[in-house]
Amino acid sequence: MLRLTSVAAGYRGDPVVRDVSVDVPAGGWLAIIGPNGAGKSTLLKAVAGLVHATGTIEVADRATHELSARERARLIGYSPQTPTLPEGMSVTDYVLLGRTPHLGTLARESRTDLEVVAGVLARLDLRGLAGRALTTLSGGERQRAVLARVLAQQAGLLLLDEPTTGLDIGHAQALLELVDRLRTEDGTTVVSTLHDLTFAAQYADRLLLLAEGGVVASGKPAEVLTPELLAKHYDADVEVLETSGGEIVIAPVRRRPAELDG
Amino acid sequence: MATATATPRASRRSVLSPVVLVVALLVLLLTVLVSVCLGAADLGWTRVLHEIWAQLTGGTSPLTDNEAAILWQLRVPRIVLAGVVGAALACAGAAYQGVFRNPLADPYLLGAAAGAGLGATMVTVFLATLPGAVPGAAFVGALVGVGLTWLLGRSASAGSSNTAVLLLAGVAVTAFLTAIQTFVQQLNTDTIKQVYSWMLGGLNTTGWQDLRVALPYIAPALVVLCLCGRLLDVLAVGDEEAASLGVRPDRVRLVVVLAASLATAAAVSVSGLIGFVGIVVPHVVRLLAGTSYRIVLPVTILGGATFMIIADQIARTAFAPAELPLGVITAFTGAPFFVFVLYTQRRRFA
Repeated sequence: MLRLTSVAAGYRGDPVVRDVSVDVPAGGWLAIIGPNGAGKSTLLKAVAGLVHATGTIEVADRATHELSARERARLIGYSPQTPTLPEGMSVTDYVLLGRTPHLGTLARESRTDLEVVAGVLARLDLRGLAGRALTTLSGGERQRAVLARVLAQQAGLLLLDEPTTGLDIGHAQALLELVDRLRTEDGTTVVSTLHDLTFAAQYADRLLLLAEGGVVASGKPAEVLTPELLAKHYDADVEVLETSGGEIVIAPVRRRPAELDG
Repeated sequence: MATATATPRASRRSVLSPVVLVVALLVLLLTVLVSVCLGAADLGWTRVLHEIWAQLTGGTSPLTDNEAAILWQLRVPRIVLAGVVGAALACAGAAYQGVFRNPLADPYLLGAAAGAGLGATMVTVFLATLPGAVPGAAFVGALVGVGLTWLLGRSASAGSSNTAVLLLAGVAVTAFLTAIQTFVQQLNTDTIKQVYSWMLGGLNTTGWQDLRVALPYIAPALVVLCLCGRLLDVLAVGDEEAASLGVRPDRVRLVVVLAASLATAAAVSVSGLIGFVGIVVPHVVRLLAGTSYRIVLPVTILGGATFMIIADQIARTAFAPAELPLGVITAFTGAPFFVFVLYTQRRRFA
């Protein structure tokens, strides 16, 4: 579904990420992880066509640089880390913006577009909030509204930049479950950046670890999330544990001064 | 799946309701009628209405030739011109606010006013005798001002159109052109009164000529702006997200700024610098009718026309036969109203 070959992205002549090659099958979930400033968001934006990139990015076997902006928007949905929520705009109007790539330049929404939006709102349990102003929503409701807008695009590839930003652990879990449900029901491919490594381990089927603008590890969560790699690239003291159900947990470990000395 | 079926409630969206449109049209029509009946020359409102009816149905006119000339060659064209100028400035203001995502943006933001002022000053000082030269110079000056800002903004932000850089370029161009204008004016103090009275804004010219000059620019510009309503709604989520939805923010901004600047330049050329219309009217429309640009732009056209006709009515009758500068009226009513709008918004979003 998504294939990157030797992709460099960022400012012209001064790429933030370099030499990224990765393959995500249809229906897969790739989580891009890495320390702050590693270039996670830049890579995601490069796939969305929002920053300058070299190398080839193929979505559904089509090179994205050959697509028009509108064609690309029909294939790729993108939600940024901090979405701009226009003041005074209702949830319905906001989600309707997701239909933009399916409309002519000056066209207005058809009945089909309204039905798609109504369906998405129902699916994300947003029907009761449809008429509310975006700015009056809680953090979890906002993230769901943004997800609804991206889903209304009906793109086969979802790029989610830190979708759990600002959410407590329960809301974060609910949102990721929702994304996973959409993925399994519709066969949508998901690429997300996630700073929470436990969530990354539990939801993604493949991880890409970036550090200082390059890929340092890639593969199944258990292969990438090793104490050695995390110590090296995050400069972090962690233990990789297992829950009673056998799922990976990345737990920070605090070394007491005595232990450090001794 | 039962939960996925559409319900009418969930799909309700912001559209321009016919009620709002009809009310706005009726208010405008009423304003025009009242305005036509009132004036420095007292023609009597029953006779004016009778005359309009006679013109519409082909009956005999109750007015003398002289009175008919006052009505059709002085009063009516001035009212229509006020409406057109108000519509242009208000709609251009709304469009600028959308394209820069800045509620304080007005049509003069990118140097249109300073450019027009410089053009008008130059012509008044150096070509005083040429009739029709001031509007032409103001029109060209306004477009040159906006063009300079655009070029400066583009080159300073290395090709991409960064709105903050563009706004700062507007500040720089405005300051620079105003400096030249002030310098030229100070060297030629004998024309200072003429220049000053043009700057304060006014429609105290005669006949249909001004309208014939301005309308060919204003009408198509306003049509283009209204067609861009949905695109401006998309731009409200920011350039990056708009781009991810398949919209080219740079292109939308170029088209909207071009159309709005053309309308502004044409309005300025026939009316001088009239402030506040471009800020006040769009905000009132947002409060009353909704914030979607598909609502704001068309309703602002009607609201701007109404506001300007009322303001010009006050300008020409409050101290008749003396006339007040139109810019003074709009600022005098606009400034307190603007504070009121800010106050209500503060209460709403606090």
